[in-house]
Amino acid sequence: MSASNEGYYLPEPSHWPIVGSIGIFLMLGGFANFLHGGSWIIMATGFAVVVYMLFGWFGMVINESQNGKYNAQVDMSFRWGMSWFIFSEVMFFAAFFGTLFYARIFSIPWLGGASNNVMTPELLWQGFEAVWPTNGPGNVGGDYEVMGAWGLPAINTLLLLSSGVTVTIAHWGLKEGNRTKLILGLWATVALGAAFLACQVLEYGEAYNHMNLTIESGMYGTTFFMLTGFHGLHVTLGATMLLVITLRAMKGHFTHENHFAFEAVAWYWHFVDVVWLGLFIFVYWLV
Amino acid sequence: MLASKSWRAGHTNAHWPLDSQTRIFALQLLNIGEITPVTRIKNLLGTLFGAVFAIASGDAAAYVFNMPKGVTDISRQVYGLHMMIFWISVVACIAVFAVMIYSIFMHRKDKGAVASTFHESTTVEVIWTTLPMLVLIAVAVPATATLLALEDTRNADLNIQVTGFQWKWRYTYLDEGIEFFSTLDAEHNKIRQVRSGLDPASVEHYLMEVDNPIVVPINQKIRFLITSNDVIHNWWVPALGWKQDAVPGFINDGWTELSEPGTYRGKCAELCGKDHGFMPIVLIAKTEADYATWVDEQKASAAAEANSADRVWDMADLMSKGEQVYNTSCAGCHQVSGAGLPGVFPAIAGSAFAMGDPSAHIDVVFNGATGTAMQAFGAQLSDVDLAAVITYERNAFGNDAGDMVQPATIKALR
Amino acid sequence: MSTATAAHDDHHDHGAPAGLMRWVYTTNHKDIGTLYLWFSFVMFMIGGSFAMVIRAELFMPGMQVVDPQFFNSMTTMHGLLMVFGAIMPAMVGLANWQIPLMIGAPDMALPRMNNWSFWILPFAGTMLLSTMFMEGGGPAFGWTFYAPLSTTFAPDSTDFFIFAIHMLGFSSIMGSINVIATVLNMRAPGMTLMKMPLFVWTWLITAFLLIAVMPVLAGAVTMMLTDRNFGTSFFSAAGGGDPVMFQHVFWFFGHPEVYIMILPAFGVVSQIIPTFARKPLFGYASMVYATASIAFLSFIVWAHHMFTVGMPVAGELYFMYATVMIAVPTAVKVFNWAATMWRGSMTFEPPMLWALAFVFLFTLGGFTGLMMGVAPSDMQYHDTYFIVAHFHYVLVTGALFGIIAAVYYWLPKWTGYYPDDRLSKLHFWWSAISVNVLFFPQHFLGLAGMPRRIPDYSLQFADWNMVSSIGGFAFGLGQVFFFFIIVKTIRGGEKATDECWEDAQGLEWTIASPAPYHTFVTPPEIK
Ligand code: HEA
Ligand code: HEA
Ligand code: HEC
Ligand code: CUA
Ligand SMILES: [Cu+2]
Repeated sequence: MSASNEGYYLPEPSHWPIVGSIGIFLMLGGFANFLHGGSWIIMATGFAVVVYMLFGWFGMVINESQNGKYNAQVDMSFRWGMSWFIFSEVMFFAAFFGTLFYARIFSIPWLGGASNNVMTPELLWQGFEAVWPTNGPGNVGGDYEVMGAWGLPAINTLLLLSSGVTVTIAHWGLKEGNRTKLILGLWATVALGAAFLACQVLEYGEAYNHMNLTIESGMYGTTFFMLTGFHGLHVTLGATMLLVITLRAMKGHFTHENHFAFEAVAWYWHFVDVVWLGLFIFVYWLV
Repeated sequence: MLASKSWRAGHTNAHWPLDSQTRIFALQLLNIGEITPVTRIKNLLGTLFGAVFAIASGDAAAYVFNMPKGVTDISRQVYGLHMMIFWISVVACIAVFAVMIYSIFMHRKDKGAVASTFHESTTVEVIWTTLPMLVLIAVAVPATATLLALEDTRNADLNIQVTGFQWKWRYTYLDEGIEFFSTLDAEHNKIRQVRSGLDPASVEHYLMEVDNPIVVPINQKIRFLITSNDVIHNWWVPALGWKQDAVPGFINDGWTELSEPGTYRGKCAELCGKDHGFMPIVLIAKTEADYATWVDEQKASAAAEANSADRVWDMADLMSKGEQVYNTSCAGCHQVSGAGLPGVFPAIAGSAFAMGDPSAHIDVVFNGATGTAMQAFGAQLSDVDLAAVITYERNAFGNDAGDMVQPATIKALR
Repeated sequence: MSTATAAHDDHHDHGAPAGLMRWVYTTNHKDIGTLYLWFSFVMFMIGGSFAMVIRAELFMPGMQVVDPQFFNSMTTMHGLLMVFGAIMPAMVGLANWQIPLMIGAPDMALPRMNNWSFWILPFAGTMLLSTMFMEGGGPAFGWTFYAPLSTTFAPDSTDFFIFAIHMLGFSSIMGSINVIATVLNMRAPGMTLMKMPLFVWTWLITAFLLIAVMPVLAGAVTMMLTDRNFGTSFFSAAGGGDPVMFQHVFWFFGHPEVYIMILPAFGVVSQIIPTFARKPLFGYASMVYATASIAFLSFIVWAHHMFTVGMPVAGELYFMYATVMIAVPTAVKVFNWAATMWRGSMTFEPPMLWALAFVFLFTLGGFTGLMMGVAPSDMQYHDTYFIVAHFHYVLVTGALFGIIAAVYYWLPKWTGYYPDDRLSKLHFWWSAISVNVLFFPQHFLGLAGMPRRIPDYSLQFADWNMVSSIGGFAFGLGQVFFFFIIVKTIRGGEKATDECWEDAQGLEWTIASPAPYHTFVTPPEIK
């Protein structure tokens, strides 16, 4: 607990939140509208407003930080904020991992007649063999090939794991006051993240074009693309944030004792990394 | 003005806490009849007092305030458990409330009470943590036994598949080869239309009557294999003591063994869309002999139905048969007027599709539209019914396709 | 509320800015708390009017008022608006106003984000309500939106509903992050965790629950979105998924959600009873542990909403045992409140009346919950009006009464005036009686076999439905009256002292009434 509240920075009224709300409203409302035949313009406008808001809001925060308005207690608030935000992300992924496990452990064996579902295949799905991976007793999406673990996915694992190392090297650089190490470490991390994404694009292309493995390939396709897809989105977000702090580091924004933004992004990056390990094991490897 | 007698006639249960005043009061609120405000209030009080008296007289309680005991072993066990936790709750409630009420009356400032300062006592806290725990264990033991019995569907004598559809039930007797649909009775269906102006009390068992009840023999262990064709429904006959969800793509089961012939009524108990409130269940238990007769009758009428597909039908017959089928099977969604519900169910009236290519029309009715509420009626209706309803759709509600679809055409598709 | 500029410790900050933009741009926890509370009241009125439509249709057998699809939509929107629009935002509003005051903090930890958490809500609410005007109507699949009724079989407007839920979830998560950061980081020196007022404790734990389960709800609606639009098979057996899986995901969120709605009310009652019994809260430490245990247990009991879906019997047994265990920590709370009153020196101002009604009626609702926790009996209770009675006792006479009690308790601090004593008592007695006329008969209806979510019913249910509807109209009217009491109090009345209530304990009673715009800029010292 803090020794004193004295001088806790209380920001002035701000217009950024309402801009953000309007942006989200337009983006999501526009998306729903687009799904039912509307134009994409509202959605895109909303997205642009959100991006504008993020630039404005974070720009303001960076400014305040550079002007020394934040004391140690404010820094602590940010740390709690970021940690709990990451926890919420963990729970979001937990929901999707939960569905994967539920399908593999419960629903698919039940469709094959396990436990109290003896009559299920007999009356509804004759001849269904409950083995993972599967596109279900309805052969939804047609025959497909299973994505192997030891090609691109293994390379991706290596890429992400090394990016975890490089971001740590950058952190050491920051702590030691070694700017070159910091900046090189960060650039390496950004590059590894980008390489990861490039590989994932290749992998998706392979799946769609040559393996008939699509998001519509029953439960296997569903969990495969939803889990890797959301992870990919998070990598994109993380890489963007890395890019921003790399540029900031080059501007000399971070000091030995004041570099919360750097740490926040690093935490986030590690979180993305750990999720990937879970994916690699349960989505690719142990199928 | 509705006579109180007619309301009574519709009651499923014979025991009533309230008299006809309630109904009269309703009509007054709706400004029917000329009654002064004073009388209104008197009637309202009458209603409330009636309730209090009925609660006080233990006899009525068993029927209208409480869960029915049901007619099976399981339902009686469930009832017993229900009463057991109920009384435990009552006792615990009285204990806690007594302490609070005593404090409220005795420890108040205006009576000069001076607050003491105690605010902790590990001993009492341990006691009142352990005590509920023990009570709960005592409840859990019989509850476990009942649950295990309730879920034990092994060794059934008769298997009936129950399939929920929006908004009707299909019963398939797996051992007898009988299959039929069960829908809300047509008369009830008319009454329940919005502002129909018809009196719910003019029929018996309002909303609890069907065209084809499910019939079972007594003294046999019957296993129900419950599933659904579209959304989740729930098959519930309170007298059996349980309900079971009907989940599309999975088979759930439940069982019962009845000892008395009788008619038991229930309802769909899972929100399943627009007409969830209107898919009742009527279960008739018959003696083994009567049941055998019923099975034979069913088989005979199915055969007769199949034969009528072979003759050529004329327009008038198709249209009148079609109207009947349409109103029972289709109007729930596409509406009696054929107008549909915009955004949910397409209109048939004036639909270019319904007046266009007959084979496309037949196809959508026969095979349904996958992934929508439009079911594959090929599996539900006979050749005659299908031919009739399609002809009807093409020529009713001002539609003017002018052509006919013959049962033989449908038969050829099978 | 024109008095806010009277702030005395005004050395480097200004008072409230003027005009509409004050409310839109504000970063002040008191302003934001006020916004939350008013928003919630508006939603309560709208959700309540939907309930009036339900009760009007159910007044008599036969279909008199609305069409069945619209009825389902009323039920659904009523549940959604009350849960996400009325109860939760009201609790957050109370947290915003009170937590900084109770722990001696100058504001919430992240004030700008605080503004954002609020200002997402009106947009989400608008999106949700707008579905009612779209083709095919609004959501009509219950507030629990079970698949596949909400996926394959739902109108296009459902996608707007999905995004509205996303926005509501985002707002709740940010709001909760703020609460946690504030409580963990902003306490005045000397305010150790075990000295925190119980309201702060319950909110800390609630915030944790929210951050843990709102993302899961977001996951559930995201799966709905992709099942509806992108061909995934989460909830379809043909592809290897399972409609019941939706229910598992939903209730993993949904069960903690009901404790999210009740824990802050527990906190409120734990503040009020000691004040008016003039005696410290009995068993403070065990109250904290009980709250934490309830929160923990809430994660492992979700499938008690699913006893009839056809789980294997081992699962049913486990969920039955776990569920009834929740009665133990809840029992501790109820007993502790009773013991706090015991040998106190009680008075019965409006906040105390509501808090007492809370304890009595919540306990009643808790016991019906316990009955439903017993799986074999729930086979009969499930999806009947018995359930409806249960959750209105815990939600209306629980959560809502807790909120009303809190408003009466802190209103003098917020506005500087006491609510009119006679009117408040009238409001209390009117509501306490009519709410029982409204919901008590629903127990009988449910036990006698009336399913929930139906627009029309068989004749044996006619009597009690009519009684219940009459109670409903009366209770609704009472809440319109509440609105006038609040407005009247804001505009004037008997001036409140700084302490507001005789011998009230806690930091919020050490500052002026009404609370200045900025408080505790210099942290208080806690012994
Ligand atoms: C504030 C909200 C709230 C709260 C606090 C609770 C509290 C509890 N609820 Fe409730 N519940 C809901 C809101 C809530 N519920 C809602 C909204 C639904 C319906 C959702 C829907 O389907 O739409 C629901 C549905 C629901 C069901 C599903 C029923 C069904 O659909 O079939 C079940 C089943 O177990 C249940 C159980 C419980 C239990 C055991 C508690 C316990 O926490 C209660 C504990 C309290 C007590 C027991 C009383 C105090 C104790 C004592 C005085 C000590 C003495 C004790 C003993 C002797 C043991 N609830
Ligand atoms: C969270 C809190 C909450 C609150 C506060 C309420 C408050 C009320 N609820 Fe509701 N209710 C739910 C949560 C809540 N409910 C949920 C979660 C469901 C389940 C939904 C589902 O099945 O999916 C439900 C379902 C539900 C049903 C079952 C519907 C069905 O199964 O078909 C009914 C029926 O009586 C009902 C009634 C009421 C009434 C009369 C009130 C009253 O307390 C409301 C009083 C308030 C007002 C009336 C507003 C103020 C007055 C005006 C705006 C003026 C107009 C007034 C008059 C005309 C008199 N509610
Ligand atoms: C449970 C609801 C439901 C019932 C009952 C139902 N339908 Fe439909 N029907 C639908 C829906 C939903 C569609 C739209 C399907 C789509 O989107 O492709 C539809 C589409 C149709 C169409 C195509 C209309 C067009 O313009 O595309 C025809 C024809 C039709 N139904 C006939 C029938 C007949 C005949 C019956 C009764 C035997 C019937 N329906 C019963 C829900 C229903
Ligand atoms: Cu079928 Cu409800
Ligand atoms: Cu629950």
